[in-house]
Amino acid sequence: MTAQHTRTHSIDVSSILQGQKNTDQPLEPCIKVENLNLFYAQKQALHGVSMEMPKKKVTAYIGPSGCGKSTLLRCINRMNDLVDNVTIEGRVLLHDENIYDKSVNVAALRRRIGMVFQKPNPFPKSIFENVTYGLRIQGINDKRILEETVENSLRGAALWDEVKDRLNDNALGLSGGQQQRLVIARAIAIEPEVLLLDEPASALDPISTLKIEELINELKEKYTIVIVTHNMQQAARVSDYTAFMYMGELIEMGTTSELFTNPRKKQTEDYITGRYG
Amino acid sequence: MITTWFKSGTPWVWLNAAAVSACLIMVIGVLGLIVVRGVGHFWPSEIVQFTYQEEDGQIKTLIGEHVDTSITPAEMAKSTGHIMAEDEDTLVQYLLKTGNRDVTRNDFRWILERNVKQHQTPPELMVVERREWGNFYGRLLAVKENGTIIAEGADAWPLAQSRIEDALAVFSEIAHLEKKEVGAINYRLEQLRLEQKKLQLEKRWDAAAEQRLAVERAELEVTYKKYQAQLTELYQKIRRDSLLAQTGSGQEVQIPLAKIVRVFQPNTMGLFDKIGHYGIKLVEFLSEDPREANTEGGIFPAIFGTVMMVIMMSIIVTPFGVIAAVYLREYAKQGFITRLIRIAVNNLAGVPSIVYGVFGLGFFVYILGGNIDQLFFPEAAPAPVYGTPGLLWASITLALLTLPVVIVSTEEGLARIPKSIREGSLALGATKLETLWLTVLPMASPAMMTGLILAVARAAGEVAPLMLVGVVKMAPTLPLDGNYPFLHLDRKFMHLGFHIYDVGFQSPNVEAARPLVYATSLLLVLVIVGLNLSAILIRNHLREKYRALEG
Repeated sequence: MTAQHTRTHSIDVSSILQGQKNTDQPLEPCIKVENLNLFYAQKQALHGVSMEMPKKKVTAYIGPSGCGKSTLLRCINRMNDLVDNVTIEGRVLLHDENIYDKSVNVAALRRRIGMVFQKPNPFPKSIFENVTYGLRIQGINDKRILEETVENSLRGAALWDEVKDRLNDNALGLSGGQQQRLVIARAIAIEPEVLLLDEPASALDPISTLKIEELINELKEKYTIVIVTHNMQQAARVSDYTAFMYMGELIEMGTTSELFTNPRKKQTEDYITGRYG
Repeated sequence: MITTWFKSGTPWVWLNAAAVSACLIMVIGVLGLIVVRGVGHFWPSEIVQFTYQEEDGQIKTLIGEHVDTSITPAEMAKSTGHIMAEDEDTLVQYLLKTGNRDVTRNDFRWILERNVKQHQTPPELMVVERREWGNFYGRLLAVKENGTIIAEGADAWPLAQSRIEDALAVFSEIAHLEKKEVGAINYRLEQLRLEQKKLQLEKRWDAAAEQRLAVERAELEVTYKKYQAQLTELYQKIRRDSLLAQTGSGQEVQIPLAKIVRVFQPNTMGLFDKIGHYGIKLVEFLSEDPREANTEGGIFPAIFGTVMMVIMMSIIVTPFGVIAAVYLREYAKQGFITRLIRIAVNNLAGVPSIVYGVFGLGFFVYILGGNIDQLFFPEAAPAPVYGTPGLLWASITLALLTLPVVIVSTEEGLARIPKSIREGSLALGATKLETLWLTVLPMASPAMMTGLILAVARAAGEVAPLMLVGVVKMAPTLPLDGNYPFLHLDRKFMHLGFHIYDVGFQSPNVEAARPLVYATSLLLVLVIVGLNLSAILIRNHLREKYRALEG
């Protein structure tokens, strides 16, 4: 059944990467997706997706609602494992190691691949406890290390100045934008290699959105970032690479400037010019 | 016209409002009744002296409290055998609490208003609350010491007061010695007897052990002798004095001070005296042991037993219920079997409580308790330790009874935790167990408390199953005391609900006990409200702390 329905859209990523202008350093792929098929019970949600995401760059997934971009993102840290009746075929490689291998410890994997969700989801604990949550799970209880991490992470998420005087207040008292940055701080506190952002600004007002976008620009210095967005302007603003998905298939992937100015596929052109989607 | 009125929804609104009002009226009615009837019980009412002509023409003097008045229509009075005059429309009767049960054999009597010749409230009338035979109503004649009169007439009253005070001090000393000190020695001696038997059973009874126990026994014996001497002295002291009093009919009665709780003259008391008296009686009611087959004195052991049992039940039911709910909601594969289990759990809540009592007696007491006795307490045989109803079994039985409530509300609480919170925790590298412990369970704790509140409300009011698994009319010792191991789960205990039943329907003097039934009911309601309020406070605190995500 799978073989019949699977259509493979291979994209020659290396040619894209080489085609990119003003590259003064060689680009090293961090995550490779190889021929990924995903089924929710009988329904196929991803059709043979293959792509590479370079290290310390921002890759954006765009596409209309229900095209599978969030599903693809959630494959990268195995969040889809939580869904009942899901079947995943193909491989996802993090530094040449298949994360779907049986020997992989999922909890340890998720420590290396952080994730921020569409709606801010701070825990109903203090700001401090939110940021240190991941560390405490790893058994780190040294007060000095925790305090240091909290400050660094909150600074990293551009939230420190706003909350430094009320670290012990409940995180639910923060505004939506602050909560989302807190969640980012929480994710970077455990120093992952990759950050997955699932429409991180879709529930926020324009000013908070702007702050998140600035933050993404800073974060890519240290992390490989994959962002899902339905907002094409946002993708154009924050990402280095963009992948356009449609109906569970990867249609086209390239540098952001190329994809938006000179799409190779008609479907991509139609979508970014607003003809459908 | 009428159809538009119906369509406007007004009748529906009225119907809803009426239902709410009916509920409110019922609640207020219940509380109002028990408050009015129960609160008045301790108020010192005045003592009336009636000059009364009996039906046979004899003139008598009756002294007592006027408790109740009944008005019967003439027709009905005739049918019950009263002779009614032509012009009489109603028959008015007074219920008089005459006390003096030792003299008259009755505490109460009905008298006919038309036969009352005179109605006075002389100031010198006194009430004597006694430890036996109920209240005494009458006049004080003299105070006696070793049988000789030491004060008479006007001097008698102040002397009586001071002597009674002394006697009460001695009495409390005796009570302390007997209950605490001698009680502890008896407990220790019993432990030694059990130890000896245990050693004999285990074939380790040798000269050394015999000597050791003998030494300990001798020590206890010495202390016991010392207390015994003290007690003899105290008893002599307390038996020295007595009061000489006269009943309404002129009979003279001697009341030893050892049998007196308090003496007062309600007809001379002002409002503040009465308030003070009321306060003292209330404190006695809340803090002392019952007297006279539970119809007098306090109900402290019952309050203590109720609270203790509810706390024990909570300690048992919460972990069980929560763990079961976590398995059902978080780990079990949702399907036919889990649905079946849920239906079974819900139906368990509908099983009549007496059935739980029968189960508790049959399974916990006889099977579990019996086996525990065989395994761990062979030396106590044939007397059972856990093989008899007691606090532990009562708590476990009620825990079983309230388990469904805790499971259902915890499950609801777990279901309400947003998926995003769980994902947030998992995305940080937490395992499922860590996510449960660190995030999900704390957030579901208000729901667990809701379950516990419902469980407490149900358990504290339950009486029927308790009668089978541990509650008794009169427990000589509390389940918590100063003797090692302090908490005695095998002991029987008293319970407010059973106390109400016992006092109201099983006591020799139902009429006298009726106000006490209301007072105890009021207290039971207050205890349940208190337990619930504390649980609700904890829940609100938790809710505030783990406020779920908005929107």
